[in-house]
Amino acid sequence: MSGEWLILGAVGLPLLASLLIWLTGGSPNQRETVTLAAAVTLFVIVGSMLPLQLAGAPLRVELLSPVPGVAIAFEVEPLGMTFACVASFLWIVNSVFSIGYMRGNDEPRQTRFYVCFAIALGSTMGLAFAENLFTLFLCYESLTLSTYPLVTHHKNDEARRSGRTYLALLLGTSVVLLLPAIIATWVLTGSLSFEAGGIMAGKVSPLVGGILLLVFMYGIGKAALMPMHRWLPAAMVAPTPVSALLHAVAVVKAGVFTVVKVTVYIFGLDYLRELATADLVLYLAGFTIITASVIALRQDNLKRRLAYSTVSQLSYVILAALILSPLSTMGALLHIAVHAFGKITLFMAAGAIYTAAHKTEVSQLAGIGRRMPWTMGAFAVGALSMIGVPPAAGFLSKWYMLLGALQVEQFFAVAVIVVSTLLNAAYFLPIVHAAFLKPEASGGQEPTGPGHGEAPLPIVLALVTTAAGTLLLFLFPGPALELANMLVGR
Amino acid sequence: MLREILAHYNYWIVIVLMMTGFYIVVSRGNLVKKLVGLNIFQTSVFLLYISMGKVAGGSAPILDPDIKVYANPLPHVLILTAIVVGVATTALGLALVVRIREAYGTIEEDELDLMDDEA
Amino acid sequence: MSGLAAHLPALQVVVPLFAAPLCLLAGRAGLAWLIVFVASCLATATAAGLAYQTFQHGTLSYPLGGWAAPWGIEYVVDTANAFILLLVSAISTVVLMYAPASVDREIRQGRRHLFYCMFALCLTGLLGIAITGDAFNVFVFLEISSLSSYALIALGGHRKALTASFQYLVMGTIGATFFLIGVGLLYMMTGTLNMADLQARIPAIQDSRPVLAAFAFITVGLALKAALFPLHLWLPNAYAYAPNVVSAFIAATATKVSLYVLLRFTFTIFGAKFAFLDLPLHWVLLVPAVIAMFAGSFSAIFQRDVKRMLAYSSVAQIGYIVLGIALSSAAGVAAALIHIFNHGLMKAALFCALGCIFHRIGSVRLEAMAGLGREMPWTMAALVAGGFSLLGVPLTAGFISKWYLIEAAFEAGLWWLVVLVVLSSMLAVVYVWRLLEALYFKPVPEGRAAVAEAPLSMLLPTLLLAAANIYFGLDTRLPVEMAQSAATILIREQIW
Repeated sequence: MSGEWLILGAVGLPLLASLLIWLTGGSPNQRETVTLAAAVTLFVIVGSMLPLQLAGAPLRVELLSPVPGVAIAFEVEPLGMTFACVASFLWIVNSVFSIGYMRGNDEPRQTRFYVCFAIALGSTMGLAFAENLFTLFLCYESLTLSTYPLVTHHKNDEARRSGRTYLALLLGTSVVLLLPAIIATWVLTGSLSFEAGGIMAGKVSPLVGGILLLVFMYGIGKAALMPMHRWLPAAMVAPTPVSALLHAVAVVKAGVFTVVKVTVYIFGLDYLRELATADLVLYLAGFTIITASVIALRQDNLKRRLAYSTVSQLSYVILAALILSPLSTMGALLHIAVHAFGKITLFMAAGAIYTAAHKTEVSQLAGIGRRMPWTMGAFAVGALSMIGVPPAAGFLSKWYMLLGALQVEQFFAVAVIVVSTLLNAAYFLPIVHAAFLKPEASGGQEPTGPGHGEAPLPIVLALVTTAAGTLLLFLFPGPALELANMLVGR
Repeated sequence: MLREILAHYNYWIVIVLMMTGFYIVVSRGNLVKKLVGLNIFQTSVFLLYISMGKVAGGSAPILDPDIKVYANPLPHVLILTAIVVGVATTALGLALVVRIREAYGTIEEDELDLMDDEA
Repeated sequence: MSGLAAHLPALQVVVPLFAAPLCLLAGRAGLAWLIVFVASCLATATAAGLAYQTFQHGTLSYPLGGWAAPWGIEYVVDTANAFILLLVSAISTVVLMYAPASVDREIRQGRRHLFYCMFALCLTGLLGIAITGDAFNVFVFLEISSLSSYALIALGGHRKALTASFQYLVMGTIGATFFLIGVGLLYMMTGTLNMADLQARIPAIQDSRPVLAAFAFITVGLALKAALFPLHLWLPNAYAYAPNVVSAFIAATATKVSLYVLLRFTFTIFGAKFAFLDLPLHWVLLVPAVIAMFAGSFSAIFQRDVKRMLAYSSVAQIGYIVLGIALSSAAGVAAALIHIFNHGLMKAALFCALGCIFHRIGSVRLEAMAGLGREMPWTMAALVAGGFSLLGVPLTAGFISKWYLIEAAFEAGLWWLVVLVVLSSMLAVVYVWRLLEALYFKPVPEGRAAVAEAPLSMLLPTLLLAAANIYFGLDTRLPVEMAQSAATILIREQIW
């Protein structure tokens, strides 16, 4: 009984908060109190579900069914639990960061910003707990629509152009590919529910299943499998808190989360082994990882480099899911959490640099580590996590992926992981190196003077927290591993 | 063969009238002529109904011991309704033509098209 | 059944029919409106009562004037036409709630009571078409509704309304006459006009040439009335230049009723075997339907007059409905009926919202509407809800339509058709997006005075329709169950 209310609370609270934020829009202090309070409460709600989930209690609620057999329903399972925990925790951190960033940069239309943010979080919660593909699809679309105003926040031509790319790719792929795939699933199997072991085995011929897999993978545009990745760099015109929480955590993770959900609970790992295209998708993911990393190498704009890094890291999750061994599936789940912490740290660092120094390009960052030690320290931790070096948590997920790949002798995946690790190092380490070890470039005739210092306190606080989170996740991976074990039924 | 064709002369008249009317509607630009065409077109259908009710040697369906064979009155009644509808259509069409003439000063279709493109 | 309940089928048509001359006698706009509104409310109640009775007792037969069929005219009510009756009368009632303010703005004083008189006649005609069980009677009611709608359209403010109405008159009359020829040929061969009798007698003579010709004439005539591509040419201008109330009412109901008659004739009277197996009706309907989906949406993209945009969108949406019919399966017909219902809701909501805008700024061109999102938030909310429903966004009625249509196409094994449906929906995204972009993201044009929200009497019905679009996206029992049971009634022989 209480479980039902917890789920409804988790999904409804951000939506309620968005209403309150809108009403208190006149007073920034009240408005931001509401945001923070909502974020903390949400985390408490989601957190209180964790013990229930680990104890194996069923948490399920059904609202209504527009089409018989297709309901708007929510159910908590390990993967969604992980995603919800990560997203709700990072909302708190990111809210602190947002307050510092938005005030520090005197951004306009802040109320709209917070309202949309809360709606996006509500959609994310709904997506994480969706019991079936239909509910998931609804939340997926509402996430796209609620983040659109955030991407076009600056309302200039560039923002509008990027917004159009964003909407066209995300809505386009989901309506043209994902929705028909969902309906096809419904017609073929008579069900849309996520069930352990999948619902397709024995009902869908491998040929049709293989086609469906491809349609699903490209229909989930948020997973940014190339060439459907272009919306992600485009979305970087948004203010940094948006990039940080939504385009490093909520939106992109919604994509790969859906991929894992579909592979594990709709297709089922055993059934996927029968499909000819499972390998094809694996290669596509490998290709995306390498290509995006190479592109990232050549980006001078820090946020764009991070964006391409995200494209590459997302495909890790797809790759891990399609290695089709339980260990790598665990790796996929862990990577969703781990990458979230690492990437949000990096984005918040980029935001901190922009707020304090108004620098956006990688080439401007020489020597900045001495002015902003905390920021760049956190950045270094995030970068290590991306590369996968202990003691950052990135090591953990890559470790499981590699183990899984070796177990099923998927050497292509092993090679991709190794090569991309080198590439990751190649585009992150120079930044860290330049920031701490190179002398600050003297700006021509302009005296270096007092210059800028560290970013505002809320920003620093936020990014230090997530960096610490990255380390803690490595040291205490207990609950995450337990959820991962539950996912693969061990 | 020829006999058969001639025996169905009523249908041939219907078809010729129908196509004539249809052709006028399509080819004439003058709105009144279009209505005339429409009328011919409808009339052909009236004839179709009326002629099908006719029974060879039959009389009007009046109860009379002398009359043994009756024409079928139902199509005739039906077509009375259709004629009323046709009259209403023509009246409405002509009323519209008058209004169009008032608003545009012409009832030639090509001129009407030109005038609205400019507007 | 006794008393009033037994006479509901007659009352369904007679009440609005008598409202028309009363309006004429009333002579005043207010009184005339009240009369038609009350009649429309009664018609809705009657339709609901009939729907309930068909659920309870199955098909109802009502011999008009006590003359038993096949000599007299028989009214037959089953779930299929109860569904249509309910849709038509309910939309009419909501639109009439909306009408007074809009009519006062758009129609000259002294003509308003005549407007309501025509409206009542149009309603009578549409209800009559749906309820009657007599083929010739369909023609009569078809002409009653058509003649009154020609007059209604001609009342539009722009002078182009006159030419639009004339064009509609010519094409509509040809369509109705085609239908009349078909019915005449059938009578010639079978000696009956009663639909049930026709259904019984046609199979024996179905290969004779007059029956084949009758089928062709009836199908083409109805397709003309239903504005199926390429016979849609009358539609865009007629919808665009009619008074807003009329656009809302006719767009939501008139073509739908013709489609219902098409369903009745192909599936019940001629039978699916004859139409789809012996004759290639499948392709005859499928190809124009698919072209309509694309051509309609594509033309809509380039319109700057939003009413014309929606009119072209109607052409495309009729394509979806006909597509469902062309699938010739129970699922396909049910999908078509569901879309008939849902499309009625969405177009009524959209045209009403446009009427609200016209009421305030005197134009519905895209550039004139720029930036209205802030000034008329409620109207815009209705417009957005209707637009989303048109696109088939989940949780709106339009999604349910698309869902069942795609499911039916899958069931028929036509994967490529699913792809086409989805692709054509993307075209709809483009034009709806153009509209939303103008409303919310474009600056207010210079020189436009501040605009207030539409008057409450227009706003509430608009919002009601918009809410219906959402409601029937969530609780789909009424349309889906009625449509599915209607489909089984309409299709007398399964061919798949």
